[in-house]
Amino acid sequence: MKHILIALLALGAIVVGQPQPTSIAIRNAKIVTVSGPTIAKGTVVLRNGLIAAVGDNVQAPADALVIDGDGMTVYPGLIDALSTWGMPVPAAGGRGGRGAAAPATPAPPPAMGPQDRPQTTSWVKAMEQIAPNDRRIESARSAGFTTAFAFPTVGIFGGQGSAMNLGGAKAEDMVLEPSLGQYISLTVRPSNGFPQSLMGYIAYVRQIYLDADHYKMEKAAYEKNPRGMKRPEFDRALEGVIESKRILLPANRWVEVERMVKFAAELKQPAILYGMREGFDKRSTDYLKSTPVLVSLKWPVKAADGDPDDVESMKTMEVREKAPTSPMALKAAGVKFAFYSDGLDQPRDLQRAVKKAIDAGLSREDAVRALTLSPAEIYGLADRIGSVEKGKIANLVVTRGDLFDDRTRVEMVFVDGVKHLPAPETGGRGGAGTENRQ
Amino acid sequence: MRKIYFAALFAAAFVHAEVTVIKNATIMSESSKGTFKGSILVRDGKIAEVGENVMVPQGATIIDAQGQWVTPGIIDAHSHIAGDGNINEMSVSVSSMVNIKDIINPEDIAIYRALAGGVTTANILHGSANSIGGQTIVLKMRWGKDADGLIFEGAKPGIKFALGENPKRSGNPQPGGRGATPAALRYPATRMGVEDTIREAFNEAVQYKAEWDAWEKGGKQGIPPRKDLKLEALKEVLEGKRYVHAHCYRADEILMLIRVADDYGFKIRTFQHVLEGYKVAKEIAAHGAGASTFSDWWGFKAEAYDAIPYNAALMTKKGVTVSLNSDDAELMRRLNTEAAKAMRYGGISREDALAMVTINPAKQLGVDNRVGSIDVGKDADIVIYDKDPLSNYAKVQKVMIDGNKYFDRDGEVSGRPMKEATKQKMIEREKADQAPAQKRRPQ
Repeated sequence: MKHILIALLALGAIVVGQPQPTSIAIRNAKIVTVSGPTIAKGTVVLRNGLIAAVGDNVQAPADALVIDGDGMTVYPGLIDALSTWGMPVPAAGGRGGRGAAAPATPAPPPAMGPQDRPQTTSWVKAMEQIAPNDRRIESARSAGFTTAFAFPTVGIFGGQGSAMNLGGAKAEDMVLEPSLGQYISLTVRPSNGFPQSLMGYIAYVRQIYLDADHYKMEKAAYEKNPRGMKRPEFDRALEGVIESKRILLPANRWVEVERMVKFAAELKQPAILYGMREGFDKRSTDYLKSTPVLVSLKWPVKAADGDPDDVESMKTMEVREKAPTSPMALKAAGVKFAFYSDGLDQPRDLQRAVKKAIDAGLSREDAVRALTLSPAEIYGLADRIGSVEKGKIANLVVTRGDLFDDRTRVEMVFVDGVKHLPAPETGGRGGAGTENRQ
Repeated sequence: MRKIYFAALFAAAFVHAEVTVIKNATIMSESSKGTFKGSILVRDGKIAEVGENVMVPQGATIIDAQGQWVTPGIIDAHSHIAGDGNINEMSVSVSSMVNIKDIINPEDIAIYRALAGGVTTANILHGSANSIGGQTIVLKMRWGKDADGLIFEGAKPGIKFALGENPKRSGNPQPGGRGATPAALRYPATRMGVEDTIREAFNEAVQYKAEWDAWEKGGKQGIPPRKDLKLEALKEVLEGKRYVHAHCYRADEILMLIRVADDYGFKIRTFQHVLEGYKVAKEIAAHGAGASTFSDWWGFKAEAYDAIPYNAALMTKKGVTVSLNSDDAELMRRLNTEAAKAMRYGGISREDALAMVTINPAKQLGVDNRVGSIDVGKDADIVIYDKDPLSNYAKVQKVMIDGNKYFDRDGEVSGRPMKEATKQKMIEREKADQAPAQKRRPQ
């Protein structure tokens, strides 16, 4: 009888599921806090999704689930400073087709100028589009990433980024900050309408900000005294632009760095430049001064299917050779920078990409910082993520070995205090799992 | 006593001044001094002295140009180099909101090659796909500087208009499957449509200007009108603050544009290409426009059929300021011989021929107070040739802009083996990096 009762209870427990421990303590681990000196052997206590305590003298609370961290290193969870993990992948052949299921709906008439707001979805927030079950999120988390600053990246004004923790069933559970800033792209895409040239794209962005200024004036005047005044026409595009507290502008070549820094100053918008392939060039760092930048982890490589008889220019070769030294050069010049995945989502690819920068001369501490506290600071979230500090969100990655080394294993990842184990390495791409395709 | 005082002043000046003397050259000054054998003193980026004999101060850098020729830096009044991306915003027929200034590419090798051809200043224009094109800018070929460093500071900004075949073809289907697709059709498709497009744009601009003038005159009460970049540029044209450079070929369209300009009260600064300009030279001169044309291109499309190489000379004789341009990165490198062709076709004198690529385009661009001739007080934009500059055999030896050397033929040629070696090392380094990776791959 007793055996049957115990069996039933056990069954009940299994059916109900393992409850989350009220607190977790990782003991005797090396702790790279990033915000302060590394603790050679210490304890981190997590409670309520936050870091309750961290130090070399911290005791594990009585109710904590204790994890033996001997031989392991605890880092702050990694942050992807400009992410598309979980964001819709534009349908092949389409142009970011929302509703492009079949050619039932005729294509909209080509834009005749800035007034038609071409390629603009500035009001869209990443958190509205992200798919929490996208396999790239699980893949990135297995690499140690706990937060993605996800951005909608389709069009000229792609929309507003959202800071998302990489764990949770619904976007509402994941979101840290719904509006991080406006993503602007100046990559010229084939189009039948305005704009079709880089100067057209730039003129369009300039006109939008002029219109936004005027729109604000109109709305303010109307608010002050609506009687007798025709109400300003609601402009969704301008609302989205006004809502954005900063802009992201593309810059890979130093020529583009010069251009974009000046453009941001003209628009009077706080800006972050992304790309930074020629960050190693002194002219880039000279212009940047206090503008923060995001460095792409997709280092330039020689095209595999290029014509072997093609003679490349010295500049092309030089950029390819020196691009991985950009982070080191930016650090030396005092420019605040963070890394971003630029679409990479496989742990092996991400680790190798960061290692390349370290091999090129970036210190490991600076590499870790560029994926933790620096992106948090750049986006104004350093008071809640980016380091292993008491009171911050419990986003951690625990490794065996130094982060970014080839042989290092990610043992576990904590997102909002919930433990995740890395996914078993699937051999190659095209594995099972969902990708957010629209 | 005075001599000592002046000598002391000179000495004091030179401690801080950058001084160069170009000695013993045959100078085609393009100024009232004409052509003579002499020297030029350059100080602080300006021409300080020109004459048969100049005093060579202590510490001056001396360039001995014995047996060589010196001209003012060549000015190309129609160029499309140094721009990132398409220089045509082809989507709309009135694209005055776009600006070449936004896409300056200081890394374009065409800048360096232009220098090697003696060009020191170039008028960078929007393309000719649109009846009203984009805003334009004048650059100096200061190879090595950044985008801002290339801009010819103080040169009045411009805007490009285009008449005739190019704008009407760009938005419409053409024989042979060329031209626009049905999805991208664009008005206008005829010359009368081009005129209408320009008039309608200026009607809007006049109204826009009236709104802004009313707000300003009314003491700037309330919120200002919305700033529209497209109309803002045209408002500047109406106010004489922006030069109009109009691409055109046929006599009828030249006259048409003069009438339009008169109707709206603005002036065409230059007619570009203007291959039938010789037919309406009197009217062009009366309007006060300059003409920037090709030396001898003709027949490459229907509207170029009546072009003759005497165009430049005939317009000059009727009092038009004429320049010869390249509209091409390759032709840009031999504008000296383009100028020489005006001597062959029309009996233009040597000095007047060289004027067509120096002082005349300077006048057209409104920068003749700064460049275009070797005259005291002007920018030291100077070219040294090894032979008569109007000869096919002449090669540019050195080019100076603002008194700084930007091109040196000897330096360029002698520097090549080292560049080649550096490149070879890069290639080898890359191969070496790939090789061990290949070995590591099977895991």
